[in-house]
Amino acid sequence: MSGALIMLLPFFEWCEASALGEFIRTSLWLFPAIECVHLLGLVLLGGAVLVVDLRLLGLGLSDHSAQAVGAAAHRLMLMGVGVMLFTGLPLFLSEAVKCYYSDAFWVKITTLVPAILFALTVRRWVWRAEDGRVGRMAQACTALTSLALWFTVAAGGRWIGFS
Amino acid sequence: MSPLPLLEWLAATEWSIALHESLWMWPLVESTHVLTLTLFAGTAMLFDLRLTGLALRRMPAADVMARLLPWTRAGFVVMVTTGLLLFYATPVRNYQNIFFRTKMLLMIAAGLNVWLFHRGIYRRVHEWGEAPVPPRPARLAGYASLALWAGVIVCGRLIAYNWFDCDIQPQAAFVNWAAGCPVP
Repeated sequence: MSGALIMLLPFFEWCEASALGEFIRTSLWLFPAIECVHLLGLVLLGGAVLVVDLRLLGLGLSDHSAQAVGAAAHRLMLMGVGVMLFTGLPLFLSEAVKCYYSDAFWVKITTLVPAILFALTVRRWVWRAEDGRVGRMAQACTALTSLALWFTVAAGGRWIGFS
Repeated sequence: MSPLPLLEWLAATEWSIALHESLWMWPLVESTHVLTLTLFAGTAMLFDLRLTGLALRRMPAADVMARLLPWTRAGFVVMVTTGLLLFYATPVRNYQNIFFRTKMLLMIAAGLNVWLFHRGIYRRVHEWGEAPVPPRPARLAGYASLALWAGVIVCGRLIAYNWFDCDIQPQAAFVNWAAGCPVP
């Protein structure tokens, strides 16, 4: 890790030394158990994100307005994000120093913030707009941006385990 | 007859060893397997949630099914393809893994659930498809599907852990029996 990030190393060491991090690290089955819930959260979040992005591309549930699909999936997406953060944080605490030295972790975490912000701002304005107020091209660009952001988060997350 | 000799032969094939030992291929196949869960299980879950009446209540069940199923199917094809490759990379180890075995049983149960649903309550979907909360048999099929696929995913994740592997002994007799370990 280069430059200014080195200032964060003590924070990562502190995270790893935390009681919760220590507790998970010393348990044989706690890390795998939390991982499993993290994976189920991925399905919830991924399904909720995909169905709206597909709709913005004119695919999937295209019998219904983007507004209807977006509204139906929004709460599921928030629940998915909630499960991911609630399980991801303890996983991180248990191996924070390894994460600090993992490029995949930094890719994931720096994409996660824009992914969430994009979902709560631009993407929400787009699916909430009255029919026809946002052009198909703009809808498609929104969907592709969302898919690219979440794909990077998920792929980065999986890759932490390989690094 | 035990498939073990066949799997041992498979494990010794050049491509199996190459895949198993590869620096990039195995992680790429594994990542594709995991990320495609969002497509396969994500869309299946949305339909299951519609069946239970927990989500997408205003959309007719038959519509949701017809529109999502092609995506679920496409996801399933990728899951099976990458899954077979992962199995091929370490066939003996997977075959003698209790999580892998449990996963296969749960997948058979999930398949039976789909079959029963289509032979049963789904035939009368024109009667209940518009209802926000479908009738009990449909809700049960939805809950069963959610639980079974969650079990498949959990078992799939746990295959990576070697707690009950045959080369780690002693194990409880039940574990060795369930994993099919050739124990002296």
